[in-house]
Amino acid sequence: MAEVLVLAELDPTGDGVRKTTLEALTAARALGEPAAVVTGAPGSAAKVREKLAEYGAASVYVAESPELDDYLVAPKAELLARLVAETSPAAVVIPSSAEGKEVAARLALKTGSGFLTDVTEIAADGTATQVAFAGATVVHAKVTTGTPIYTLRGNSVTAELAPAAGEEKPVEVVVSEEARKTRVLDRVVEQKSSRPELTEASIVVSGGRGVASAENFSIIEGLADSLGAAVGASRAAVDSGFYPHTFQVGQTGKTVSPQLYIAVGISGAIQHRAGMQTSKTIVAVNKDPEAPIFELADFGVVGDLNTVVPEATKKIIARKG
Amino acid sequence: MNIVVLVKQVPDSGSERKLDPADNTVARAGADNVINEMDEYAIEEALVVKEAHGGEVTILTVGPDSAADAIRKALSMGADRAVHVTDEAMHGSCAVQTSAVLAAALQQMDYDLILCGAESTDGQVSVMPALLAERLGIPQLSGARKLTIDDGVAKVERQTDGGFWALEAPLPAIVSTWDTINEPRYPSFKGIMAAKKKPVETKTLADLGIDPSTVGLASATSQVLDFSGRPPKGEGVKVADEGDGADKLVEYLASQKIV
Ligand SMILES: Cc1cc2nc3c(=O)[nH]c(=O)nc-3n(C[C@H](O)[C@H](O)[C@H](O)COP(=O)(O)OP(=O)(O)OC[C@H]3O[C@@H](n4cnc5c(N)ncnc54)[C@H](O)[C@@H]3O)c2cc1C
Ligand SMILES: Nc1ncnc2c1ncn2[C@@H]1O[C@H](COP(=O)(O)O)[C@@H](O)[C@H]1O
Repeated sequence: MAEVLVLAELDPTGDGVRKTTLEALTAARALGEPAAVVTGAPGSAAKVREKLAEYGAASVYVAESPELDDYLVAPKAELLARLVAETSPAAVVIPSSAEGKEVAARLALKTGSGFLTDVTEIAADGTATQVAFAGATVVHAKVTTGTPIYTLRGNSVTAELAPAAGEEKPVEVVVSEEARKTRVLDRVVEQKSSRPELTEASIVVSGGRGVASAENFSIIEGLADSLGAAVGASRAAVDSGFYPHTFQVGQTGKTVSPQLYIAVGISGAIQHRAGMQTSKTIVAVNKDPEAPIFELADFGVVGDLNTVVPEATKKIIARKG
Repeated sequence: MNIVVLVKQVPDSGSERKLDPADNTVARAGADNVINEMDEYAIEEALVVKEAHGGEVTILTVGPDSAADAIRKALSMGADRAVHVTDEAMHGSCAVQTSAVLAAALQQMDYDLILCGAESTDGQVSVMPALLAERLGIPQLSGARKLTIDDGVAKVERQTDGGFWALEAPLPAIVSTWDTINEPRYPSFKGIMAAKKKPVETKTLADLGIDPSTVGLASATSQVLDFSGRPPKGEGVKVADEGDGADKLVEYLASQKIV
């Protein structure tokens, strides 16, 4: 069976892989035998090899060098291009982060291939599903040139165990002069949160302008914590300074696709929908019965968030005992 | 400092957008076409850089004739001139092909800095800066929430989950901007009047030395096979809070086995 290269995305601590990588390994199985590619500082692969094998990686290409992280995007694209030339894979699957899409783009040019971004499903014949226009349109598309390259949107495929050998294959790292153009001087974490990562969480509770103040966002955080959820915000809430931009959901923020999305004090503008419309279940709390968010909601409460949400939080905590 | 800003015209993200059933491409006829909102931040940043370092701001657009409206808007904000690449043969081009056309146009221009938006709101792919950096062999500084230029070196804070990456590269470089980088100015009346007299140069594929058979739907590197509206969600339940809103909400969550 032909190999499918899957670029592993390590979590920022470097101690594990992100869930999106396991999802990518799962999606890749439709096309062939997954082979993970781990890039990073020396020692990276040892920490994640077992996990990658559990989720189907027959091989793990190990490309370790401190240099891979010193420059933006280009070294990874270069490395993948070399692997594509050497191993002639059936396809390449990459988690759909900002960096993942850029690696895919550069790899496409280097290998003379087409690429599809933010796919939600890959069929055995290579046809990919994408959602366009704020989630309102479902598209089927296919790469017609070269080695198909896909970036897979987080949370659209459920990661499934499929134990495989995970055989380590060292890859020599050469970073060309060409790829050393943009230096990464520092990676700064400004908001550390004990909550799940927004794009990976299975439940997201978001607040909008209706929350009315930064202090009042504690209502949103309270509900989120009672459910083990991530916190999100609309752009109006971010622009009003209620919550940091990192947590913005929507067209110019994060795209989330959790099992449950709870929109509190959010009207449901098209740009907000763009980031949450594919959530499995949508719940809304809004005092305006005409708010467009109710058109999407599986369950809606017309009421004042200041009373409904804290009370619901108390009841959830009580139930959990 | 010669600055080129890439500006795209897209169907308004606030209106209903469709694909054209005839060939599965974005339906532009009949749509409310506007300047890609994200590109206004790139234009603003270009004007800020020009104010600090001097030079000229040129708008570059690849798109149909109607994109002239987007160009006018950019010129009325304060850009100096524009290049509009338009050719029937480009209809239905994929990102790989569009990047070839943009790169060819850029190669005929004099630039120290290329600015573009972080994404186009019709495609939402955020790949153009990477594609152009690869084609032109220049550094990519994408996803900027802050840009400083000093002594021929560009420094960018690339917005990430929970923070930023500090990037640095020598000019010439391509920088894409997020909506956190600035507050785009509105065109003034004076600006709108002045824009009417600013030069807009139109180019075809032939002017760029591009073989028309290498672009457009027929030779795109990926193809849309079919599309459909997302199946409408079943009618949801909506309850009014009469003191029992929280109860009903928790009951619903319990019925979904969430609590
Ligand atoms: C280029 C562009 C990109 C954009 N990107 C994004 C994006 O990424 N994400 C995004 O979210 N938006 C985005 N927007 C903005 C978007 O158009 C809306 O302006 C925004 O989503 C509105 O946020 P909101 O629903 O919180 O605020 P509003 O529309 O003001 O809605 C607030 C809601 O709260 C309700 N409310 C008020 N008080 C209470 C109360 N006490 N109890 C219950 N309900 C209450 C009101 O009934 C109302 O429905 C973008 C816009 C543009 C032009
Ligand atoms: N046809 C085009 N003409 C000019 N600029 C473009 C075009 N397509 C994309 N761009 C620029 O590239 C940015 C990113 O676009 P995209 O990769 O399509 O999301 C946009 O914000 C524009 O600045």
